[in-house]
Amino acid sequence: MTIREAASSLGAEIVQAEFEDADLEGAYTSDLLSDVMANAKDGGALVTIQAHKNTVAVATLVDIACIIVCNNRPLPEDMLEAARDEGIAVLLTKENQYTVSGKLYKLLNHGAAG
Amino acid sequence: MESKPLDDIPINTVDSPSVVLELIYQLKIKDVMTTAVVTANKTDTMRHVQALMRENYITGLPVTDDRQLLGIVSIEDIIMALDQGCIECAAGERMTQNVIVLEDDMPLSFAISYLNKYRYGRFPVLNKKKELVGILTSKDVINTLLVEMNREVLRLEKLHQKEGKAPDHYSEMEFTTVKFDFELAGRASTEIKKALKNRSIDPKIIRRVAIASYELEINQVVHSLGGTISCSIQPDKVVIVAADIGPGIPDLNLALQEGWSTANEWIRSLGFGAGMGLANTKRVSDEFFIESNVGTGTTVRSVVFINSPKEDAGA
Repeated sequence: MTIREAASSLGAEIVQAEFEDADLEGAYTSDLLSDVMANAKDGGALVTIQAHKNTVAVATLVDIACIIVCNNRPLPEDMLEAARDEGIAVLLTKENQYTVSGKLYKLLNHGAAG
Repeated sequence: MESKPLDDIPINTVDSPSVVLELIYQLKIKDVMTTAVVTANKTDTMRHVQALMRENYITGLPVTDDRQLLGIVSIEDIIMALDQGCIECAAGERMTQNVIVLEDDMPLSFAISYLNKYRYGRFPVLNKKKELVGILTSKDVINTLLVEMNREVLRLEKLHQKEGKAPDHYSEMEFTTVKFDFELAGRASTEIKKALKNRSIDPKIIRRVAIASYELEINQVVHSLGGTISCSIQPDKVVIVAADIGPGIPDLNLALQEGWSTANEWIRSLGFGAGMGLANTKRVSDEFFIESNVGTGTTVRSVVFINSPKEDAGA
């Protein structure tokens, strides 16, 4: 399942749209950036409420393809700018991490099975 | 020749370094020889020749007839003439004939082999028309070679410096961090990662270096008064050194414990301060060293070997 397909299935808004619409390799949910560094998956999505430039830095360093910001957290412009520079998708949703993770789990695992 | 005399020119014309071989085959005798040749006529007396030698500080003099080489008078010939009471004799009678000569178009390598093969201090140089156009001594050869070698070494040195910046060689980077400046945090790690990517290093290795550099960088921003992150990319390893200017860590064992953190609420709200920084860094490093003194600061050195089999816990 590609990033755009996931966004539409989740009902999330694509806020930073300059990215390569590749298949999502998985996802990781965390608000601790050190934890993300250590455990996130290459080419996957990050589900988080950390909406700032440093999230993009971490995503860049561990090759996260897509950041899904939950709870409609406001997105600072410099974060979106950094994400644009790095070609990382930024999605925004009003749902919380639990709900998004659950939906994503189903979507990605279902996609892999079928 | 039974033994090599000390005054041989110590250059092997067959298997010297290619740079030297190129020089001695490219340079021609005419580039090296002395063209202002002092000569004598065959009718000049040996005494006159001796005077010419003394005045010009030379030890051998060609005897010519209208640029045609007839022979050469050396110091030995003068001594023999003195010994035999013939100092007033004509140079034409006392000179050495059947002189070994060089041609001006020959490569310098010929001169070196001639100087080493024959025990003469000098060789007259003739052009195609057999006219005397110069004279060559070992001093000419050595002077020219030193000048040319200096030029060549300088050129190679410049070339080497340029190559030093290219991939597969050492490269060094340094970044400054500022306390609580989260705007710039991550810049060092991002630049380091780019540099590693440009060298097509294994992504797993890059990820480990990225984790180490990012954690150390964030540590400086969150906990220190500021410092530097330096990265040295070497052929076999990447070395990250994070050195800050204080305040230092009172208990290193505690700081290395996963989950232990001194970060405040504000920092935690940004997603930092989970107490995983040093533990993460240590885990991804092949070599890990930390030293800290309260008051002077903390230095962390993390080494990741480029061909290391260690698995990244997160990959």
